[in-house]
Amino acid sequence: MLESEELKRYNRHLLLPEIGFAGQEKLKAAKVLVIGAGGLGCPVLQYLAAAGVGTIGIVDDDVVDFSNLQRQILFATVDVGRKKAEVSAEKLKALNSFVTVQVYPERLNSENAAELFRPYDLIVDGSDNFPTRYLVNDTCVALNKPLVFGSVFKFDGQVAVFNYQNGPTYRCLYPTPPTADESPNCSDIGVLGVLPGLIGLYMANEVMKLVCGIGTPLSGKLLLLDALENRTSIFTVRRSAAADQPAPETIAPENCQAPKPIIAQVSLMELTDWLEQEEDQLYLVDVREPQEFAAYNLGGVNIPFADLPNKLTQLPQDKTVVFCCATGQRSLAAATLVQDAGFTGEVYNLRGGVLGS
Amino acid sequence: MQVKIALFGITKEIIGASKLNYQLSEKADVNQLLSSLKADYPALQKLTSLMIAVNDDYATPEQTLSAHDEIALIPPVCGG
Repeated sequence: MLESEELKRYNRHLLLPEIGFAGQEKLKAAKVLVIGAGGLGCPVLQYLAAAGVGTIGIVDDDVVDFSNLQRQILFATVDVGRKKAEVSAEKLKALNSFVTVQVYPERLNSENAAELFRPYDLIVDGSDNFPTRYLVNDTCVALNKPLVFGSVFKFDGQVAVFNYQNGPTYRCLYPTPPTADESPNCSDIGVLGVLPGLIGLYMANEVMKLVCGIGTPLSGKLLLLDALENRTSIFTVRRSAAADQPAPETIAPENCQAPKPIIAQVSLMELTDWLEQEEDQLYLVDVREPQEFAAYNLGGVNIPFADLPNKLTQLPQDKTVVFCCATGQRSLAAATLVQDAGFTGEVYNLRGGVLGS
Repeated sequence: MQVKIALFGITKEIIGASKLNYQLSEKADVNQLLSSLKADYPALQKLTSLMIAVNDDYATPEQTLSAHDEIALIPPVCGG
């Protein structure tokens, strides 16, 4: 039963015939687990708590970083360095004390996933990497839990409801997990701050609809949003044989990535020495975007990662080629790409990026 | 025949546009479209996972294409 303070709090929901007392009671009884308290997780959590979802679980082992504050709107400057799951729980309890918040400040893995998911009715995936996304999907399939999915890339977002009433799963769209370097993540390529807000609210809206049993859920559909062009597209997807394969227990996160060739690494300190002593032997390639290169660089040439495949012939075979970027991830992918393409010269990756973090 | 292709995510970066008018042989299927695109834009070859939609429906590799079909290349994205 709703308490008198809740009747005031949820008044605007109670006025809607589509929600009303029955819907609000369903929300109060609902148990929703949110994977990732990041760009997507923050708005989802905030609106679900405000809406009166009775039990909310948060899985995230990360701590708040300054670079999160541009879009992860549950966090303030003073929260930098604290566990995201714990800060989120404090904010949600302050927003709505009628909500029970369960905190799991741990990394989701194939050992703990089933145990974490079991007590919940519905899972929301706001994670930021493919191995976790496949693990979340496969665990939902194994436990027959509906999954509200959202994902972002630069200015584009995707939203879907998977595994709902025998509907399609993530594997019906993408049967095979991509390799880590196929699609750069936000920390490498950037993301518009409001985009996870837009996509996160689409996700929260799907949760509301599924719990209250109203409207048409995005099951069997994939919604794409292009924030730059205000282009929204909805694609129809059907359940395929891939939905039930392979068995979840075979999907360890390490299986989601192709084996990588070994790339020689160099530290910023070593590279600085090389640049001083034998600059003419070196060919430094900065694979960041031109505006990042313009803001700060160590010298060398700027070939953005996306352009690299078309510029392989530009790389000298008789010099030591060193790739660098902001964090060492894009440049590692670049070095791997160049080696895979059959480049026979010496190739190094600048470990930790141009700022040496 | 000519088809229209809408590009999303990393395919937009690789091809350098968000839309593309593309020439294909008559009765080409989705597989042939993909091979042809991979030959024209070699960076597409590294994508092991790519959803293709035809006229807003998920398409199978064997699906035959028609002139004026609206195709979308939708790679998986993982940002959160």
